[in-house]
Amino acid sequence: MKLLNYTSRYFSIVLVILIPIWAGLFYYAMLDEVYDSMDDGLDNQRQLIISKAALDSTITNHKEFEEGNYSVVPVSALDARKHTDIYIDTMMYMQNEKDYEPVRMLQTVFRKGQNYYQMRVITSMVEEDDLISELTYALLWLYFGLVLTILLLNNFLLRNIWKPFYKLISQLQDFKLNNVQRLTLSDTRVDEFNLMQNTVQHFLNNTVSVYNHQKQFIENASHELQTPLAIALNKLELLAENNALQPDQAQLLDSALDNLERLKRLNHSLLLLSKIENDQFEAAKDVSINSLAKRLIEDFREQIDFYKLSFTFQEHDQSKWQINPDLADILMSNLIKNAIKHTPTGGAISITISNSNFIIENDSAAPLDNTLIFERFYKGSASSSSTGLGLAISQAIVKVSGLRLGYAYNQKHIFTVGPLA
Amino acid sequence: MKILVIEDEQAMLDNIVDALKGEQYLVETANCYDTAMKKVFEYEYDCILLDISLQNTDSGFDILTELKKHNKAEGVIIVSAKNSLDDKIRGLNLGADDYLPKPFHISELLARVKAVIRRRRFSGSDQINAGNLKIDTGEQFVYVADQPFSINRKEFEVLLYLVTNKNRLVNKSALAEHVWGDHIDSADNFDFIYSQIKNLRKKLKDAKALVDIQSIYGVGYKLLAE
Repeated sequence: MKLLNYTSRYFSIVLVILIPIWAGLFYYAMLDEVYDSMDDGLDNQRQLIISKAALDSTITNHKEFEEGNYSVVPVSALDARKHTDIYIDTMMYMQNEKDYEPVRMLQTVFRKGQNYYQMRVITSMVEEDDLISELTYALLWLYFGLVLTILLLNNFLLRNIWKPFYKLISQLQDFKLNNVQRLTLSDTRVDEFNLMQNTVQHFLNNTVSVYNHQKQFIENASHELQTPLAIALNKLELLAENNALQPDQAQLLDSALDNLERLKRLNHSLLLLSKIENDQFEAAKDVSINSLAKRLIEDFREQIDFYKLSFTFQEHDQSKWQINPDLADILMSNLIKNAIKHTPTGGAISITISNSNFIIENDSAAPLDNTLIFERFYKGSASSSSTGLGLAISQAIVKVSGLRLGYAYNQKHIFTVGPLA
Repeated sequence: MKILVIEDEQAMLDNIVDALKGEQYLVETANCYDTAMKKVFEYEYDCILLDISLQNTDSGFDILTELKKHNKAEGVIIVSAKNSLDDKIRGLNLGADDYLPKPFHISELLARVKAVIRRRRFSGSDQINAGNLKIDTGEQFVYVADQPFSINRKEFEVLLYLVTNKNRLVNKSALAEHVWGDHIDSADNFDFIYSQIKNLRKKLKDAKALVDIQSIYGVGYKLLAE
């Protein structure tokens, strides 16, 4: 759940509980205030009537409410003494409404001369039903209005406040360790975001630098291996020149030399791989894959003939790749070399150029594991002389050159190099 | 023929000196910048083998720069463990003749040294003789007893390489690398190389060439001239 929705949900839950409580309190406070003001009004009227009664005797004869809003009834002194002022809610028939309506009534007692009178003063109450429903509606509207406003504001504010966060995230999603790129940080006044941005930046800088060291390490290690390899190789070569060597000694020497050669090739391949991945090859040029293929086929011709392979070359069109020429050469020779190596004697190899694709097919009894063949040190066969890096190198080349290398099997291995879809 | 080897790794230096002495060259050595600078300006050399990274610095380039200033860069073969294209281009631009990445085969080193000396002495066109075999490296043509001897390009390269390393054991991987380069994984192709040698041997025999290519215990081949 998005943070935005999360806080919104939280807000609405809290509002659903809190606002009714507030609304209830508000309602009773209002009601109390209304009663208070009505009672004050009644009290005021009482005093007016009493002071008027002192001058006007008709008032004490005003036994029914009729047109006025009070009635005066004589009471005994005993009753009067027991009496206290009370305010009550009651119902009274209203001519205009033709119905009983609630009224507020003050019951009091006063003395005029020697006589006691009980007086009831009324005032029509605001219709309580109306008030309740009006208040309820008002509160409901207020509630929805508040929730909506808060949610909208919350949405708008969060969206804006969190902008630096989403910007950073989207940059991180596109971040690649091998691409030298810096994050563009947002200008924000929120300390937490600044902290996050700086931490992420710091973390990435560290990671990139570790990654670069790692890459550099493979290259340096390969370089460092060159000299001792050279020394060992040359010492054995010098030893091999010794004419006094017995055949069995020479065989031992030969095996040592072969393995040093293998080590040399392995080291060379690792270095090459590392150089390709470190982008140390110069810019790409337009390379005609037709002429490159033709040249390489000529170079491999003797091997093809020697292994009695039937070979076909088809050009459906003239195509070019944007690629470093040396890498193009390595890529294609790797594939051709592989095909020659893995085709049984007398088998068939075919190369087709079509639609900017270079397709090489060779006979084979069993498919290779598509998920593993481009991995370093994967060997399809148990050939001990193979470095297991040929296809990894090819894959690295297509990657840096914006091409694609695919493998399929259909009674034969089919490798296709071409532009990205 | 006088050759200077500038190399700080003693074992490497010993190997190179051994190999060159076997070819009857006069060999001088230097294992640091100062000695090297002293020697290059004191004597004339037919060829200088220069390790570019002396004492883990690029001071080999400084030596080369100085040599170029005094028009002496000709005949320099850069030896480098770096095998970097940039270094190669930089070195060749500074007037070096060749760039040889480590590790290399002894036979390759000798072939390069001889090629440099040939180029300097005979301005690219000279003849190498072995028995009644004559190879014109300029025209890239072979004569047996002064009769044109027709072979294809790869066979020519094999023959030239073996003749250049005449009487020495040429490792089969060295030969494969020199002639077929990256287009061959020598370990998988011993029979292929062997068949190429067999064909060449037959052609030489048919033309009555007085040279013999021997297989030495599977380690490699040696061309012997009668």
